[in-house]
Amino acid sequence: MATRPQSVISPAQSDDSGDDQADNQRDLFLATYRWMLLARLSEDRLSALWKAGKIVGGVYLGRGQEALSAALGVNLRKGSDIFAPLIRDQAGRLAFGEPLIESMQTYLGSRLGPMRGRDGNIHRGRPREGYYAMISHLGCMVSAIAGGLMAKRFQGDSDFVGATCIGDGGMSTGSFHEAMNMAAVEKLPLIVLAANNQYAYSTPSSRQFACADLVDRAIGYGFAGHSVDGTSLTDCLATIGKAVAAARAGGGPQLIVGTILRLAGHAEHDDASYVDPIIRHKPFAVDCLRAAEEMILAKGWLAQSDLATLRNAVMNEIDDAVSTAQKEPVPDAGTEDWCALSSRHLVDGHLA
Amino acid sequence: MSITYLEAIREAQAKALADDPRVYIYGQDVGEFGGAFKATKNLSKEFPGRVLDAPISEDAIVGSAIGAAIEGMRPIVEMQFADFSSVGFNQIVNHAATLYWRTEVPCPITVRLPSGGNLGSGPFHSQCMEALYAHYPGLIVMTPATVEDAYSMLLEAVAIDDPVVFCEHKYLYYHLKADALPTDALPAGKARIARPGRDATIVTYSAMLHEALAAAEELALDAYQIEVVDLRTVKPIDTDTILASVARTGRLLAVGEAFPWGGVTAEVIARVVTEGFELLDAPPQRLNARDTPIPYHPNLWAAHRPTAPAIVNALRNLLRM
Ligand SMILES: Cc1ncc(C[n+]2csc(CCOP(=O)(O)OP(=O)(O)O)c2C)c(N)n1
Repeated sequence: MATRPQSVISPAQSDDSGDDQADNQRDLFLATYRWMLLARLSEDRLSALWKAGKIVGGVYLGRGQEALSAALGVNLRKGSDIFAPLIRDQAGRLAFGEPLIESMQTYLGSRLGPMRGRDGNIHRGRPREGYYAMISHLGCMVSAIAGGLMAKRFQGDSDFVGATCIGDGGMSTGSFHEAMNMAAVEKLPLIVLAANNQYAYSTPSSRQFACADLVDRAIGYGFAGHSVDGTSLTDCLATIGKAVAAARAGGGPQLIVGTILRLAGHAEHDDASYVDPIIRHKPFAVDCLRAAEEMILAKGWLAQSDLATLRNAVMNEIDDAVSTAQKEPVPDAGTEDWCALSSRHLVDGHLA
Repeated sequence: MSITYLEAIREAQAKALADDPRVYIYGQDVGEFGGAFKATKNLSKEFPGRVLDAPISEDAIVGSAIGAAIEGMRPIVEMQFADFSSVGFNQIVNHAATLYWRTEVPCPITVRLPSGGNLGSGPFHSQCMEALYAHYPGLIVMTPATVEDAYSMLLEAVAIDDPVVFCEHKYLYYHLKADALPTDALPAGKARIARPGRDATIVTYSAMLHEALAAAEELALDAYQIEVVDLRTVKPIDTDTILASVARTGRLLAVGEAFPWGGVTAEVIARVVTEGFELLDAPPQRLNARDTPIPYHPNLWAAHRPTAPAIVNALRNLLRM
């Protein structure tokens, strides 16, 4: 498991005296920024590998959504909380504790990765460790997390939350609506982080929903609702932190809606030429990573040279993960265990 | 003592709840009300907090069972009518069925489907969905035809580490009675010779077993001995038992209550033709419901699904070939 955030960065200069809260906020900001950076740069590498023909299937980038996603990941506790990330959650996955190598292994089809070449790209996870592996069908993971929470309640566990992510497009599905309503009825400590990134593939939000603000839906479901500026890591950490704490304290389900712009195509095969140029100048189109760096410099938490050093360290980590995954064996159809059931004696065919 | 098919299902659930704290039941109206068919009658009282009413949300009910199974529970979910499992179909076939293969984490859920026709139930409360689920890798599909099997197979379904679609038959709920609950049973995946014979084989399952047995009884008056095979589980399907029966009789009629296109009867015939063509003395035949939605009026319904007289006709044709 990856290092927990607090030990990742030692600030260049320590803020004066004993203002612990300010120190903690700075440390959390910097640690979360590092997950954002690792996500961004590792996805840049994935994009390059895809363009070089080294990756089969799609590559879906979370560019522009790292602040939202990482802020959720750092607020979850691996071991007790459960998490079902979605397509644009590389940052949240890493912050929750997924080792970087597992993303490379999955995209590159390594037999040693968590999906063993059987499933690819974003469809990865380790469900036994509270890290559910999404299926493609949008909306489906919300009820799965809800069920995981019901199980924990049955088992007498306490102090846990479950979280999942969704896009403005996925929020239109029946699966999503059913699960939100059910989670509210069951009063579960469920956090749903919705990214309204203006487009669902090529469909603009205006063709996706007709209510003024998606966060208003919280009222109808019986969720607490929170709006967050997805371009601001400070706001993401504060708002998502508050929502997670509320759910953990027994405050019931929480819907967080972040407004941003998807700063990439739907996937790397998509040049996003349909994006309205006017939108790129809206406040929600700011790049959250750039904004976080500006804040770090403005506050004097790190110097420009520290940021460069950090970037180098992250690049090295990515190089290592890619070259390791590239050397690993790929699946072999001849030795593959073609079996979809754990109960071997019930596999269809001639029974023993 | 006499016990119905429905009571056997209730008793199996009571035993599963009593034996294993990981078991719980989730579904529409299953709590205090006891279920639309009373299959969970009194269970919420006997097992407080473990038999819960769910909102009308088949997708979320199955999805939640998957999450709970990942966390170590063994949920039983009731689809009020098999027909409505189409709303939860996606979670069953794409999520539950792929989980183990994708992640090596088994998904021990039992999805109960009150299936099949009942008088006056019409197009949306009468369907048989077993073939749809059997089509997907990663699922086990059970179709018990007797009180004993309803009980023992449901207990087995809950114990199996993979998702089981349990197609119980509504017509059998009250029509079928047994003297007592069984103490042992054939394992899942094994078919049963329900009636031995030598002139022709009927392969069938669920409520059609009883129509087939009645048809065999009638032909016995003409000294024909018809062998009847009850599949019990349609996925996996017991090809060996089917082939062994056809080897004895040389003739095959596959009977199912589901729609005719594709399906379990087609699968039975495909397997016999590809693996036992030389055993056949006549072209294999099949009998299914008609290729229309299921009608409401009893006159139409009786003509829509296979019944003993229709099976007798089909057998007489087969025996003449
Ligand atoms: C039920 C379903 N329908 C269609 C798709 C195909 N699909 C994958 S992602 C996507 C767009 C999703 O948009 P949104 O939920 O807003 O997330 P975003 O891509 O913007 O992050 C579509 C249509 C799918 N995965 N699931």
